Amino acid sequence: MSFFVDSVIMGTSQVLFFGFGWLFFMRQLFKDYEVRQYVVQVVFSITFAFSCTMFELIIFEILGALSSTSRYFHWKLNLYVILLVLIFVVPFYIGYFVVSNIRLFHRQRLLFSCVVWFTFMYFFWKLGDPFPILSPKHGILSIEQLISRVGVIGVTLMALLSGFGAVNCPYTYMSYFLRNVTDSDILALERRLLQTMDMIVSKKKRIAMTRRQMYQRGEEQNKQTGFWGMIKSVTSSSSGSENLSLIQQEVDALEELSRQLFLETVDLQATKERIEYSKTFQGKYFNFLGYFFSIYCVWKIFMATINIVFDRVGKTDPVTRGIEITVNYLGIQFDVKFWSQHISFILVGIIIVTSIRGLLITLTKFFYAISSSKSSNVIVLVLAQIMGMYFVSSVLLMRMSMPLEYRTIVTEVLGELQFNFYHRWFDVIFLVSALSSILFLYLAHKQAPEKHMTL
Amino acid sequence: MCNSEHYTLTTYACIFSYLYFVLNTDIEYFRKEMASLDRVKVLVLGDSGVGKSSLVHLLCQNQVLGNPSWTVGCSVDVRVHDYREGTPEEKTYYIELWDVGGSVGNASSVKSTRAVFYNSVNGIILVHDLTNKKSSQNLYRWSLEALSKDSSPTGIIVSNGDYDREQFAENSIPLLLIGTKFDQIQEKQRNDVLTRTAFLSEDFNAEEINLDCTNPRYLAAGSSNAVKLSRFFDKVIEKRYFTRDPSQMQSFTDRRRFNFKSVHSD
Repeated sequence: MSFFVDSVIMGTSQVLFFGFGWLFFMRQLFKDYEVRQYVVQVVFSITFAFSCTMFELIIFEILGALSSTSRYFHWKLNLYVILLVLIFVVPFYIGYFVVSNIRLFHRQRLLFSCVVWFTFMYFFWKLGDPFPILSPKHGILSIEQLISRVGVIGVTLMALLSGFGAVNCPYTYMSYFLRNVTDSDILALERRLLQTMDMIVSKKKRIAMTRRQMYQRGEEQNKQTGFWGMIKSVTSSSSGSENLSLIQQEVDALEELSRQLFLETVDLQATKERIEYSKTFQGKYFNFLGYFFSIYCVWKIFMATINIVFDRVGKTDPVTRGIEITVNYLGIQFDVKFWSQHISFILVGIIIVTSIRGLLITLTKFFYAISSSKSSNVIVLVLAQIMGMYFVSSVLLMRMSMPLEYRTIVTEVLGELQFNFYHRWFDVIFLVSALSSILFLYLAHKQAPEKHMTL
Repeated sequence: MCNSEHYTLTTYACIFSYLYFVLNTDIEYFRKEMASLDRVKVLVLGDSGVGKSSLVHLLCQNQVLGNPSWTVGCSVDVRVHDYREGTPEEKTYYIELWDVGGSVGNASSVKSTRAVFYNSVNGIILVHDLTNKKSSQNLYRWSLEALSKDSSPTGIIVSNGDYDREQFAENSIPLLLIGTKFDQIQEKQRNDVLTRTAFLSEDFNAEEINLDCTNPRYLAAGSSNAVKLSRFFDKVIEKRYFTRDPSQMQSFTDRRRFNFKSVHSD
């Protein structure tokens, strides 16, 4: 009986998550596009729903809600479904939509998308070879094979995003890095931009006028190609076409300049707005937070280095360690079991919510930046794949943040993976990503003031 | 120095300084007028990916654009247009088509940079994708963005973001509506799409053309589309040069300009 009740609860929550994913897709991602293939929306919402259900199960684990057998059953079910979606459904549809966009393969779409899927599976399988992720006692068709590979990809993604986020966050929040921009700078740049546009216009008018004259004089057919054309053009070159190609080159150079000026002006406007924002109350608050974040990020980078250099993986989670410290050093006595449950619930909940929110925001920004009306379907599916892998591996890594008694179910369900490997891998990629984004931001920051000094 | 010399010197000084001041301002205005004398500027607005660059290339070069890529900032092209073609008053004008890239949802820094291009506009072409309803809906916001930044003396007063049909009726800048990707609409959906665009053109009080930017035959000479296009450009030129706008400054340079051009009796 309780199993039935538990299943009903899980089912309703899954439907809720599905609805949320559907709404997010419609309102945020596909704001400017028309949804013509509902398959894409359904697949995205299913991936989102099952990923969120996994997090929900972790929370239930900590709270002790539902009976443990039904929890275990739902874990297994959820895992199978999400692996099915991530490995079979989404890549197949990605291949299908990519192939449909190419007009050459339009007739045999299904065939070619199956070919694409088989290549994906081949590379996916090969991914497991260089990593020591499995103990040899697992068979070839066990679920651990699939999870381990999904875990590797997801952990790499997580580490890349965290590394970049850890460096970018203080850079964005703190106003120490803001360059000083005045209104006259912006006006001067805008004037230059308009002058460049005027020059482009006058040159294009000359080209149009020359072309019209050439056309009226019947010289338009002088664009000869081929061997004889080349020889002919050497002897009888009309000055009109020579002039044209010269002016055209000047126009190309001016157009490139106008693009650069436009981007610089946008940059300056954005900096000016940030300066104005930093003078408001909200801006000051975020600036203050930025200092804290920068300390936290430096600490994280330091810890990652220590972990790699001294080859250690943390054995206890922060909650138990914090409780140990308070009990042993500060002498405060309280009910360890009760408090560890609540604190870990809050901590894990915060981690889950911020990671979901952060990922959705990043995905939306990414989607706006690179999508067009042709490729929007493909990009959304790629984002769904990334999201699914990200959430699966965050469950993997979250194991470290939970006290021992709650870790068992994750270990039981996911099988005997080498969890230590994943943490080490995360630290390495996190360090690499953080250092390279520091370098990248430093170069970008240095280059920008130099550009303005040449004005 | 005696009194009378003092007096004449000061009068001469006053007269010269007055003349200098008047001439300077007049010369400034004249120089500005000369700079904008022969310019006819038409904006091409619409969402990203609807086909503005292909359209502008087709209109100006009479060729299909081979490799369309993202437009960063603004790209300009020039179309040679024969005003009142076929009549004895035929004259050649160079119409500048300013293709401003971007989307309505852009950050305010991009929007304020884009606003630089919206000065002294003589006509607006609104482009939307016939296969994407959202691009047609976004045209309202595009036109508001362009018209409220316009600095012409007869600028309309815009309420914050709400669409108001009277605004577009009072608007003196000619609009043209172009729908692209016409070939990608299947036969059975064609009627619905065409009714929708008819409503749109009524709202904007503008003519509409539906075409495919990769096929020049839609704008073949003599077709109804070509006639509508030609009429639109004629209207733009008329509004620019031949309308006596009472709020514009009438200086002696202005009157001289009207004497030089042939004035059409309608």
